[in-house]
Amino acid sequence: MSKRTAASPVTIATEPPARGTTVIEVRDIGKRYGNIIALSDVSTSVRAGEVTCVLGDNGAGKSTFIKILSGAHEHTDGELVIDGEPTTLSSPRAALELGIATVYQDLAVVPLMPVWRNFFLGSELTRGFGPFKKLDVETMKRISKSELGAMGIDLRDVEQPIGTLSGGERQCVAIARAVYFGARVLILDEPTAALGVKQSGVVLKYIAKARERGLGVVFITHNPHHAYPVGDRFMLLRRGKSMGDFPKQQMTLEELTSMMAGGAELESLAHELEETMGSDSELAKSLKAEVQ
Amino acid sequence: MATATVGDERIARTSTVTKLMKRPEIGALAAAVVIFIFFAVTTDAFATASGASTWLRGASTIGIMAVAVALLMIGGEFDLSAGAITGFSGLVVGVLTTEYGLNIWAAILVSLVLCLAIGAINGILVMRTGLPSFIVTLGTFFVLQGIDLAGTKTLIGQVAIQGMSNVPFYDQAKKVFGSSLDINGSEPGGAIYASVFWWIGLTAVATWVLLRTRTGNWIFSVGGQQTAARQVGVPVFKTKVGLFMTTAGAGWLVGMLLLFTTSTVQSNTGVGQEFIYIICAVVGGCLMTGGYGSAIGAAFGALIYGMVNQGIVYSGWDNNWLKAFLGVMLLGAVLLNEWVRKRAETAR
Repeated sequence: MSKRTAASPVTIATEPPARGTTVIEVRDIGKRYGNIIALSDVSTSVRAGEVTCVLGDNGAGKSTFIKILSGAHEHTDGELVIDGEPTTLSSPRAALELGIATVYQDLAVVPLMPVWRNFFLGSELTRGFGPFKKLDVETMKRISKSELGAMGIDLRDVEQPIGTLSGGERQCVAIARAVYFGARVLILDEPTAALGVKQSGVVLKYIAKARERGLGVVFITHNPHHAYPVGDRFMLLRRGKSMGDFPKQQMTLEELTSMMAGGAELESLAHELEETMGSDSELAKSLKAEVQ
Repeated sequence: MATATVGDERIARTSTVTKLMKRPEIGALAAAVVIFIFFAVTTDAFATASGASTWLRGASTIGIMAVAVALLMIGGEFDLSAGAITGFSGLVVGVLTTEYGLNIWAAILVSLVLCLAIGAINGILVMRTGLPSFIVTLGTFFVLQGIDLAGTKTLIGQVAIQGMSNVPFYDQAKKVFGSSLDINGSEPGGAIYASVFWWIGLTAVATWVLLRTRTGNWIFSVGGQQTAARQVGVPVFKTKVGLFMTTAGAGWLVGMLLLFTTSTVQSNTGVGQEFIYIICAVVGGCLMTGGYGSAIGAAFGALIYGMVNQGIVYSGWDNNWLKAFLGVMLLGAVLLNEWVRKRAETAR
C-alpha cells in the first residue's frame, strides 16, 4: 500500500489503527431540518476491526445518519468525535480525507468499462511526464487483481466490463476500491438490499473480510438476519430515535429481530387481527406464534 | 497485449485474432476491406494511384471530423454544429484576409479562437442547463448557418470567398494545410494531400488519448455513467466542455484544409455533413448512448464513406445511391453495436 503514487484526489497517509481503537464516536447526535427533527439522541461507536450495524425500517433515520457520517449533511445536535476530536464534516471530501469512505447502493461504477479501469477511475496511475504522461496499465491491472484477490474476489479477467459482474461482486469491487484508496472506515449503505440470498452471502463475506483487515465498518441494513452474523455492535433506529446501542454479547438474534419488528407493536397487531378475522385466522395465528 | 499479471488457468490463451475480434472497430475494418475489393474489381479507376488520391482526400476531411465526433459521442454527447463550423472557420479567414487585409496567420488564429469559443459555449450550455446536446447544438447549428450565409453576404457582398490566392503569405499557409505529395512519379495523379496526413495523425493521437491516458478514461466514464464518474472524482464538466472544444477545433482544422486546398470556401460549406460524421462514428463502433466506441473505427467509417462516394462515380451509377447506402450502413452498424453492447453488459 505504500506505493500509492497516483495523483489521487484523496490521499490518506495514515495506516489503519490498532484493532479495537475507537475511530468514530457518536454522542447524542441529532439533525434538524428547520422544525423537522429527522434524527435525535443517537449514540454509538465505530472501532477498527469491528462492524457496527445500523438497523431500522424505512424512514427510521438511517439515511440521515449516514449522511452525517459521510459528510453529506452536517449534524445540528450532539457531538461527532473522530480520532478523539470533536469534528463537523462539511463535505464528502472532508470525510474521505479522514479515511471515511461511503459505498452507496447505486454503486459508482461504469458498466461498460473494464474492471481495472473502474477500480482506478478518477485516481488513475500514470507513467512519464508532460504531454506524454500515459496510463500505467500493467500496474493498474496487477493491483486491481491482487486487491480484489485480497478481498476474496477471484476474477478471471480484470479486462472484462464491470457490467458482466453480478450485483454482489460489483458491490465488492466498490468496497475493495474504497479500501485500497485508504479508507479506515467503510460506510455501506444497504449493500444487500437489492441482492438475492446467495449474493447477500457474498457481500457479507466481504464485510467480514474488511473487518479482518482492520477496517471499521458501518453496515446499514433493515435485515437483522444479515446484520447479526457479521455485526459486533448493533444500533437500532426507529422514527428518528435510537432504541439503544448494544454489543453483540448483550443481544441474541431473536431479540434483535423482535426489536426490529417492534415486538410490542406486533403483539397488538396480532390481537387486532384476532378480533377482526377471528382467532382461527391463519394470519393471526402465525403472527401470534411469531411474537411469542 | 501482454499482461504482467499472473496467468490464470481458467482463461484459455486467447489469440491475437480473438482479441482483435472484440474491438469495436472490427466491423468497420471488415466492411472497408470488402468495399475496397468490390470497387477495385468492378471498376478500372478505383485502385489506381489517381483514384486512391481522390477518395483518400474525400475521406480525410470527413475522417478528421468523424474522429472528433466519435470522442464526443463516447463522452455521451452529440454536436450537430460540427458541419457548419467547418464552413464558418474558413469564411472567417477568407473574409478577414480578402476584405480587411489582415495577416493570414493572424486570421487563422482568430478563426481558431472563435471556433474554440463556440465549442466552449456548446459545452457550457449543455452542462449548465442539463438540456440534451442534440437540442443545444441544433441551435448553434442554425445560428452558424445563418451567420455563414447572411454574415458573409453582408460583409463581402457575395456567398463565396474569392481572390484567396492573392493574399500575402498564402503560400505559407497552403504548405501547411493545402499542399500535396506526389507519390506517382511522372504519371498523372497520385497526389496525397496534406489533409490525409492530418487525418492519420489526428486518428493516432485520438486513439492514444482514448486508450492510454487519464483523459481517455474520463471520456469513457462521463459517457458511460456520468453520476458514477462524478462520485469518484472525475472532472465531468471539464471533460465534456473539452470534448465540445475538440470537435470545434477539428472543425476549424477541416475549414483550413478545405480553404487552402481549393483556395475558396462557400457560405454553405459543411451544412448537412454533421450527420455524415455521426454515421461514420457509429459505423466505427460508437454507441449512440455513449461510453463505448473507438477513434480509429470512426476513421475507418470515413474511409468507407470516401471509397463509396468515389466508387459510385467510377461505376457510373447515379450519385444519389450514396445516400441509400449510408442509410443501410447506419442501420446495420446500429444493430451490430447494440448486440455488442448487450453482450458486454450481461454476465458471461
